[in-house]
Amino acid sequence: MSLATRLEKLDRRYLFLVILLAVLLPLLNPLGLPIEPTPKVIGLHKAIEALPEGSVVYFATDWDPSAAPELVPMAQATLRHLFRRNMKVICGTTWPTAGPLAENVLREIGDECGKTYGEDYVNLGFKEGREVVMVSIATDIANAYPVDYHGKPTTSYPIMADVKDFQDVALLLNISGGYPGTKEWLQQVQRRFGMKMGTCTTAVSEPEYVPNFQSGQLVGLVGGLAGAAEYERLIDTPGTATRGMDAQSLGHLAIIALIIVSNVAFLLRKRSGKSGPP
Amino acid sequence: MTLSADALWNIVAAILTLAIFSYLYKDNPIYKFAEYLFVGIGAGYWFCVEWHNVLVPNLFNKLIAGDLLLLIPLALGLLLFTRFMGKISWLSRWAMGLMVGTFSGLAVIGFLQSELIAQIQANLLSVNTGSMGTNVNNAILILGLIASLVYFFFSTEHKGAVGGAARVGIWFLMISFGASYGFTVMARISLLIGRLMFLIEDLPRSLGVGG
Repeated sequence: MSLATRLEKLDRRYLFLVILLAVLLPLLNPLGLPIEPTPKVIGLHKAIEALPEGSVVYFATDWDPSAAPELVPMAQATLRHLFRRNMKVICGTTWPTAGPLAENVLREIGDECGKTYGEDYVNLGFKEGREVVMVSIATDIANAYPVDYHGKPTTSYPIMADVKDFQDVALLLNISGGYPGTKEWLQQVQRRFGMKMGTCTTAVSEPEYVPNFQSGQLVGLVGGLAGAAEYERLIDTPGTATRGMDAQSLGHLAIIALIIVSNVAFLLRKRSGKSGPP
Repeated sequence: MTLSADALWNIVAAILTLAIFSYLYKDNPIYKFAEYLFVGIGAGYWFCVEWHNVLVPNLFNKLIAGDLLLLIPLALGLLLFTRFMGKISWLSRWAMGLMVGTFSGLAVIGFLQSELIAQIQANLLSVNTGSMGTNVNNAILILGLIASLVYFFFSTEHKGAVGGAARVGIWFLMISFGASYGFTVMARISLLIGRLMFLIEDLPRSLGVGG
């Protein structure tokens, strides 16, 4: 059996092992590969820097646990930035599983930055209704969310005293894991209410939103673990994403190598005129 | 040694993670158990959230308070279940029609404003901006847009100039598919990193070893 045929017949479990080692080893022994922020990520950072202190930001967390490895580092990094700039954060979600996830991140970063629930930030929790509820939130937040995540009246919190609708919100920041998410906020709220909007999304969704960033509909676009690491670099606070970037890079190199090897094997077998493996 | 509740749950999570990973070796009952457990818990969680966050506060509480107009959406919601009732299953179409109509109306207006008009505006680009790099970028974007649109224009046979433009369009589409695939690979590797970080960092930390 030729080398090409043997390669083509290789048990795929060896490939899984290669990927596992390529990802695991850099996590155990970090390489410290450089991270350079890109214009999409810098855009969101600049937009937050440009907001006056004390501005209200609507933090729309539309995600579930399956996207947590990518979106939690982004949520943490952007929240840190918002709290350090003393922004008021109103968090809500259109995904049933996002309420507790957002609560964990808000509490963790809120405590770290010395912020008080109800004064500096509030978690309104989940609201069913997708696109319909997005419009409803934009026109009257307290009407869409009569009570917060903990079941207390939304209007009882000091943070909500001067906030009625999206006219009182300076930035809409969406942490988006899919539908409903950034696309729907863009379609239903951003243009209709003239909102300044940024998004943090999974790497899978990032290409879909690049045209919206290029057209100026999004002030910034943070995509995948790489985008989160870039944001951590911009706020000078390395976190989970930065630690994961070496593994990400080596994982990609391993996949590129495997694609090249498998194509070389395919071409060699084709040149020899033999048929492919069964 | 006593374990905290967090540590116990992390041990359960670690066992389930490894059970799911075991599929990479081959399909097995441990993987199946973890898969079914996930689906069952997911469905149960979803139902509880919908019950406590939607039906109770938005429907039952308000009905008890005397808002009888809500009987209309309640009736429409119940009509959806007629799909399981043979001869009267057609009644479910009323509720479906209302939902499809509402969401279509919202989606069409939003799409036109946010996607069609905004993207057409964004593609009205100059190729004489004074910056060579920007000029080249804009020219590539315009060329790619027109060529890709020509590829999807089926009223004329793809021959001659139209065929050439369509072939250029295919190249642009292939490059965009390649970029999307690359981003997808990146996302999947990120998920693996997340699980491995949990196993080698979060779990030992919660058990009070390392970290």
